[in-house]
Amino acid sequence: MSNEISEAQVRHVAKLSRLKLTDEQINLYTRQLGAILEYIKKLNELDTTGVEPMAHVAPLRNVLRDDIAGTGMGIDKVLQNAPDSDPPFFKVPRVLEDSSGA
Amino acid sequence: MSDLNYKVIIGLEIHVQLATQSKLFCACPNRFGDEPNSNVCPVCMGSPGTLPVMNKKAYEFAVRTAMAMNCEIARYTKWDRKSYYYPDLPKNYQISQYDLPLSQNGNIEITVAGEQKKIRIRRIHLEEDAGKLLHEGNVGFSQVDLNRTGTPLMEIVTEPDLSTPEEARVFGTELRTLVRTLGVSEANMQQGQMRLEPNINLVITKDGKQYKTPIAEVKNLGSLRALERACAYEIQRQLADWEKTGVTMETGFKSTRGWDEQTGTTVLQREKEEAEDYRYFPDPDLVPVVVEKDWLDAIRKSLPELPIARRARFQTQFCFSEKDATTLVEDRATADLFEQALSLGAPVKVLCNHFISFWAMHANQRGVSIAELGVSAPRMASLAKLVGDNKINNTTAAALAEKLLTCPDDPADIAQRENLMQVSDASSLEKILDEILIANAKAVEDARTPGKKQQKAFGFILGQVMQKTRGQANPQVVNQLLQKKLAEKN
Ligand SMILES: [Zn+2]
Repeated sequence: MSNEISEAQVRHVAKLSRLKLTDEQINLYTRQLGAILEYIKKLNELDTTGVEPMAHVAPLRNVLRDDIAGTGMGIDKVLQNAPDSDPPFFKVPRVLEDSSGA
Repeated sequence: MSDLNYKVIIGLEIHVQLATQSKLFCACPNRFGDEPNSNVCPVCMGSPGTLPVMNKKAYEFAVRTAMAMNCEIARYTKWDRKSYYYPDLPKNYQISQYDLPLSQNGNIEITVAGEQKKIRIRRIHLEEDAGKLLHEGNVGFSQVDLNRTGTPLMEIVTEPDLSTPEEARVFGTELRTLVRTLGVSEANMQQGQMRLEPNINLVITKDGKQYKTPIAEVKNLGSLRALERACAYEIQRQLADWEKTGVTMETGFKSTRGWDEQTGTTVLQREKEEAEDYRYFPDPDLVPVVVEKDWLDAIRKSLPELPIARRARFQTQFCFSEKDATTLVEDRATADLFEQALSLGAPVKVLCNHFISFWAMHANQRGVSIAELGVSAPRMASLAKLVGDNKINNTTAAALAEKLLTCPDDPADIAQRENLMQVSDASSLEKILDEILIANAKAVEDARTPGKKQQKAFGFILGQVMQKTRGQANPQVVNQLLQKKLAEKN
């Protein structure tokens, strides 16, 4: 098996993804992710000299819409599938760190 | 402290809410104050199977701003996903721009204490805003309102070119004036429509050695004054911290701090050992935007006169001082009001005088802008014309201005009705003057005789006329008449 990815890297990615994994899982995923990366590595063998970088596979550009406001779908429907609600709000476990990360 | 000095380094990251009708990637209304979760659809909620579609106006708003800041506009941009873990953006990622932002490398000129300085703009890009999390009064849970989720945000990042708290405030003011002039945002800071976050640290030189303090990012600034105060506080805090601990950028960590308006201090929120890892990757749901020249030309043509140009014009064309021009142009509606009154025939010098004297005073007293005083351009023009035509003097104009604040009539009508019109009619003034000359023979004699008393006697007679006419005699007309009379009888 290759060393495309280390256990430490898998632990880091798991942490970033807020996943709690057992040691067995870490071991398993390290091997599985390594195999995937090994496979993807083949792409690096391709000579891409002179090929423009590509940001999207679809041959589309400028899919834009005019700035016209419609209406929301209605609070009842919005909350319909929520695991928990406190109308008109969604109800979630208390968020400690203030977000506004946007 | 033997040999210590320091340099302050401040860069700003600014988020501006764009004043579009709809959200960035769906048609939900971009409006605040509505019932929570009423402006929400499956796209906002990140439901499976939905597809975002870019709002053209939001793109144009960002390009307008970028052009006004002399940025290079990218011909090709794409959208990226930035990992995000809070329920106010339920997709688990924020659509943003990573390596191909829509514009880069611009600048804004600011003037601080008469000195001009160029502040470089690193980049401007578009991204979606998150919703709101409410914790207050809840035990063990938070409430989520997604009305703001997916609304358009423009992120502006400066180079760390600001070197005093005052410069940071002036930059913020300049930026606010600019986005308002461009019509892309209301930029009300208290309502979070413009959010400025300074990154600040010091380069300390002591005994010939340099030390850099760890960078602090300050959040939660609700006004430009708070921005200035927070920067000033950080300078002192970082200096004191370094003197106490000696911790530098190399040995310490970058931190995020929150401004506390009550105590006037910043409070540590978090310290990060490692750089943020957002794991950006291209968003396959959105195709790239290619900006054609025609589109750019159309946007460029639609740009209004920019504050910096308008300010210069207000100084050269209308003779406002730099300070007055800055204050006037800061509020586009007030500057527009001025130019409207001017186009209605108000004499420019008189109108300038009215704006910087009593209109500014009334606005200040009420804590509003001149445009918000409720006095229309035609009425301001009419008042200025009365002065220009010598129908009233400036004292009467100030008194009339006060009446205009509560009375909807035209100033000419009020002046007529209340008998405030200046008497410029020579024949009626001559009659009054003749009576006074007869009654004050001694003064007339003195006024004719060159010498010490002449000037005083002349003034005395003028004063008598003003008294008799209750201040409404046109001083220039009386002056001419009196000179003529004194010469005649000589
Ligand atoms: Zn929506």
